[in-house]
Amino acid sequence: MSVTERPLIELDGVEKVFDVRRKTGFLKRERRQVRAVDSLSFTVARGEMVGYIGPNGAGKSTTIKMLTGILTPSAGRLRVAGIDPSRERTRLAHRIGVVFGQRTTLWWDLPLIDSYRLMHRMYRIPDARYRENLDRCVELLELGDLLAAPVRQLSLGQRMRGDIAAALLHDPEVLYLDEPTIGLDVISKAKVRGFLKELNAELGTTVLLTTHDLQDIEQLCSRVMVIDHGRLMYDGALAGLHEVGESERILVVDLERELPPVEAPPARVVKVEGPRQWLAFPAGESAAALVARIAAEYPLVDLSVREPDIEDVIARMYAGAVPGRTEKAVS
Amino acid sequence: MGERGTVLEGLRAFRLIAGMWVRSSMTYRTSFVVTMAGNLLMTAMDFVGILLMFAQVDSLGGWSLPEIAFLYGLSVTSFGAADLLLGSMDVLGSRIRDGSFDILLLRPVPVLAQIGADHFALRRLGRITQGALVLGWAMWSVDVDWSVGKLLLVPLMLVSGAAIFSALFVAGAAFQIFAQDAAEVQNAFTYGGTTLLQYPPTVFGKDFVRGVTFVLPLAFVNWVPACYVLGRAYPLDLPGWAAFAPPLVALVCCAAAGLVWRAGLGSYRSTGS
Ligand SMILES: Nc1ncnc2c1ncn2[C@@H]1O[C@H](COP(=O)(O)OP(=O)(O)OP(=O)(O)O)[C@@H](O)[C@H]1O
Ligand SMILES: [Mg+2]
Repeated sequence: MSVTERPLIELDGVEKVFDVRRKTGFLKRERRQVRAVDSLSFTVARGEMVGYIGPNGAGKSTTIKMLTGILTPSAGRLRVAGIDPSRERTRLAHRIGVVFGQRTTLWWDLPLIDSYRLMHRMYRIPDARYRENLDRCVELLELGDLLAAPVRQLSLGQRMRGDIAAALLHDPEVLYLDEPTIGLDVISKAKVRGFLKELNAELGTTVLLTTHDLQDIEQLCSRVMVIDHGRLMYDGALAGLHEVGESERILVVDLERELPPVEAPPARVVKVEGPRQWLAFPAGESAAALVARIAAEYPLVDLSVREPDIEDVIARMYAGAVPGRTEKAVS
Repeated sequence: MGERGTVLEGLRAFRLIAGMWVRSSMTYRTSFVVTMAGNLLMTAMDFVGILLMFAQVDSLGGWSLPEIAFLYGLSVTSFGAADLLLGSMDVLGSRIRDGSFDILLLRPVPVLAQIGADHFALRRLGRITQGALVLGWAMWSVDVDWSVGKLLLVPLMLVSGAAIFSALFVAGAAFQIFAQDAAEVQNAFTYGGTTLLQYPPTVFGKDFVRGVTFVLPLAFVNWVPACYVLGRAYPLDLPGWAAFAPPLVALVCCAAAGLVWRAGLGSYRSTGS
């Protein structure tokens, strides 16, 4: 085996263009092209857990559909576990697990366990593996009481957990999750996150997930990719987003008494309340150096540093990335 | 995996998924029994219509009742077999519109088999059963010297006919990927096709018969081989071996349908949400 293992997911200049035909009048139609994904290139190594985020219509779901073979890319090269998804969709299916938060693979009118039995036979999962995987999912996702219930009776959160289990019974190497926490309450979200964390840590399953809930990313992903208008805007550690987003941290200082605003560039005072002052400074700047300078010149009693809100950072990023957003097409 | 492997794999997937649908329908037991009974009655009425017609006339386009029943049996049995396997193609359009087709594409089994088994109901057995009963009666009462060759031609016709109808279903399904509201067009061809084949070619105009023979070769489901079996002249000039051509025609139809289906799948674009 080679020392440098080949990435599990590889995209090179991938594009997806949709032809959209719109009625503009009686018998009149206008044809337009929507570039949902635009020269997208990235790789994901085995065992990584990657967050894939971006505003509505950014191209996240389109990317996932290409990675599963549902959609054929308009251009570029795409490989998952060495397989070209759209050419060998059914072969790839054995190696990937997919959960679309908005859809279900479960059988509406049948007990939950029946859907799993179908997976067992359809994927030809060896009996021992099936038992083991099912037991693990049932325990960690707390499905025990639900197995006998018809799927139509499950709540959204229960159904989602059921769907996640269904995607994992055949031991996929990679799990794609498109908005797995959409519509879930805090407790259900926590359950799903805990489960995914454990899955990644214990079994080394590679996970790629899209979400609009940044807590999902904060709690699960060491790496985050931000996409907008089909283009990759950022790829790296979550912490690094702060610098890209030109965000600021806040230093809160308590002085001995009320004083005029502290002068310590590049930090600037944004708020004063009696002896307490708030200073904003670039997130990339060292807080220690700044504190040392202030302590040398001012009677400092106490201090605290506040990290910027990641949601603000990303909101700013989305907004800044596209000056004068163009109207987006909806199918 | 070779073509043969794919077919076996497809049949296995069909069985699995059809089983899930049958069990789903069992959960609503009364409606299950009612629709089942209603359907058997409806299918039976279909042939009663022809019987009633013969209460008024002695022949139709020069064909006697047993001869018409022979055409009817062949057409309905082969259509019933295709319908059994692929009859829910009209659900495909709605699956594509609501995006649930995506889910089928994620499974490791041929998507055509999943579509065929979609919303499977036991009532699909009704048509093929009724067709086979009428065919049996027709073969018994028709005035034919049953040689071994003629006898063997019957199962050959049924299999080829089922394949020709299946090809129509599949092509119609592929068309629905392009135009999602095309289920009606597809039904016009499939259900329309089986109905027109229940009448002898002699009641139709020559140009129409030409179209059904050379363009959309439905005539090979029953008309052409049945004319040979019944010792009748086909309204068009066809060589003698044409009666044995159905398997060949079926093969060509299936190959063409396969290509169209593949193109359809390749052009699938999912939904925006
Ligand atoms: N089947 C389709 N036909 C036409 N346009 C499409 C189709 N699917 C997606 N699009 C367009 O492509 C773009 C990307 O859509 P996509 O669903 O990938 O976005 P997304 O990042 O998943 O958004 P969201 O967060 O809202 O789920 C959008 O402009 C959308 O309108
Ligand atoms: Mg999406």
